[in-house]
Amino acid sequence: MEAYNLKKEACKRERFVGGHRLCAGCGAGVAVRGVLRAVKEEDHTVSGVATSCLEVSSCLFPFTAWQDNFIHSAFENVAATVSGAEASYNALKRQGKIDKEYKFIAFAGDGGTYDIGFQSLSGAMERGHDMVYVCYDNEAYMNTGMQRSSSTPKFAEVTTAPVGDEIPGKMQHKKDLTEIMVAHNIPYAAQTTFVGNMKDMHEKSHKALYTKGPAFLNVLAPCPRGWRYPPEMLMDICKLAVDTCIWPLYEVIDGDWKLTYEPKTKLPVIDYLKVQGRFKHIMDDPAKIDELQKFVDKKWDKLLKKCGK
Amino acid sequence: MAFAKAIRERLSGNEAVATALKQINPDVVAAYPITPSTEVVHYFAQYYADGEVNTEFVAVESEHSAMSACIGAASAGGRSATVTAACGLALMWELLYVASGTRLPITLAVVNRALSGPININNDHSDSMGARDSGWIQLYAENNQEAYDNYICSVRIAEHKDVQLPVMSCQDGFITSHAIENIELLEDAEVKKFVGKYNCDFNMLSGTPTSVGPYDTPMFYFEHQYQRAMAMKNSKQVILDVYKEFAKLTGREYGLFEEYRCEDAERVIVVLNSSAGTAKYTCDKLREKGEKVGVIKIRVFRPFPLEELAAALSKFKAVAVMDKADSFSGIGGPVFTDVRHACYELENRPHIINYIYGLGGRDVTEENFVTVYNALAEVVKTGKTGEIYRHVGVRGV
Repeated sequence: MEAYNLKKEACKRERFVGGHRLCAGCGAGVAVRGVLRAVKEEDHTVSGVATSCLEVSSCLFPFTAWQDNFIHSAFENVAATVSGAEASYNALKRQGKIDKEYKFIAFAGDGGTYDIGFQSLSGAMERGHDMVYVCYDNEAYMNTGMQRSSSTPKFAEVTTAPVGDEIPGKMQHKKDLTEIMVAHNIPYAAQTTFVGNMKDMHEKSHKALYTKGPAFLNVLAPCPRGWRYPPEMLMDICKLAVDTCIWPLYEVIDGDWKLTYEPKTKLPVIDYLKVQGRFKHIMDDPAKIDELQKFVDKKWDKLLKKCGK
Repeated sequence: MAFAKAIRERLSGNEAVATALKQINPDVVAAYPITPSTEVVHYFAQYYADGEVNTEFVAVESEHSAMSACIGAASAGGRSATVTAACGLALMWELLYVASGTRLPITLAVVNRALSGPININNDHSDSMGARDSGWIQLYAENNQEAYDNYICSVRIAEHKDVQLPVMSCQDGFITSHAIENIELLEDAEVKKFVGKYNCDFNMLSGTPTSVGPYDTPMFYFEHQYQRAMAMKNSKQVILDVYKEFAKLTGREYGLFEEYRCEDAERVIVVLNSSAGTAKYTCDKLREKGEKVGVIKIRVFRPFPLEELAAALSKFKAVAVMDKADSFSGIGGPVFTDVRHACYELENRPHIINYIYGLGGRDVTEENFVTVYNALAEVVKTGKTGEIYRHVGVRGV
């Protein structure tokens, strides 16, 4: 892979184009464009999308924002659907009916990945299909109205774990899906988000796409409606997520853990929490903020050890 | 007329279907084990391991993923197939509609088994009857020969340009799936020639960027459903045409349903799958005694052969429709409601009653059918239909 250059990348043919109906400040479209930009220009793609904001906003009959091939079949089965397409490709290629290179990519939100699509994902990764599964993680069921998922962080206010007189939002910590995917012994798994000039996401996407076999990319993709931040703050929120170590950037290549970003100054989690309306109710509750800080610190220390730091 | 060379074999219904699958040699088979269809997957996995097929065999982690993978595979231009039974079919339910709504010619071998609960692994038709309105063509088989023949024909029916719908070919779990019977197979090359090459105009690997499964707004959804419904309507003629061509090849003639000893019959039983054999046996015995009885065996349940069945039934005095599944509607089983509906416009309607029978593998006996024929005799004698929703073979009734 040649050295990353944002200007050059931005001049490439877009595979996911404007006209889609995603909200301003939504991370889903940014994630898709970022991943697809890492596909070599001469290669083709088949993108499967689970039922999600992304799906209902990007391919409404008779329009499509997908310049390459696209498939949606249901909510919980994008990994299985794409694995079937990849199987067809292998069969037809073996029979000499296709000679072009195709890349198979599954996109789903955290609901379609951490929860309802978890089995389908696990099965496809275990079977070893040559595909990349991209979770655009916005930490709740945003498409249906911001309900809790197993990716929603503790104390976040969501519509099925509302803040009440007795219960302060969601009471469980976020599931660590990336580690679960690493435990599948797949050749490539990584966490990324939108920081700086998108180099981190681009390079990880490229590795995921051009590593033979199954790869998993977990992309923190904030949602302005659900997280309650002004749309123009998308990039700032992502930067805070990595600088507070709430969303560490790392990759695991054939079982070897590598930290890809280490903040010069690790910021306190409150810097990330206070800019989002979903945590507003704990801003005057230092004990809860402290609990979240301890949770993040513990996980970060463990990650550093895994990465040989 | 000279037919293609027949290979005489002795196979179970499962091995017959597996053999058909091997000869069809699909691009993708995605399957998951469930009793009593598991054997088909065993056989096919062995063909795959031995390099006897050119297929990508995807051993998925659930039936939901099996159908999902078939949807992905068919959308990518591959001929795709799977096998299941009972709860496996129920788990596929959501995707059955996606497959037919996306107009994907997937073929599915169903080995009929009762749905839970309570759990039961034996035969009835609650699984495929539950999927009767999912936009899939449904073919039923009396024996291993018909299971084999239906499966081969199903590929041609599904992929026909006027149809483009998925097809499920059903046979009875254990009764025909595990019983070994004589069978006439076609040579591999004949099957390959008959099913032909799969050419799919619209697919994701065609070189023209293709979007499959868009969000369909109220502006378009209804039109797409209408097209699916018309495809199902069109499929009736296509099924007849494919059967005709198959008969030229094999000498085995099939229609939408089979009329057995119905020429001068007054009392007729309508039935599908393996119980038709027992019904015919009982019919023969009663014919020896001079009773004017007959059997109609439905082979094609979706599309439902309404006009043809009505015309056939118009000749009889009393008809009993056998349902190996209850629809829990309080008014009878699924085959009954459709058959009775078919006769509404007839000037001379026969009396039509329903029998729920054989649920969860309850033995279906000659005595059961004698009971039914006797009940029909009573209806004819009194001229009164009486209770329409009846049960046979269940204790305490």
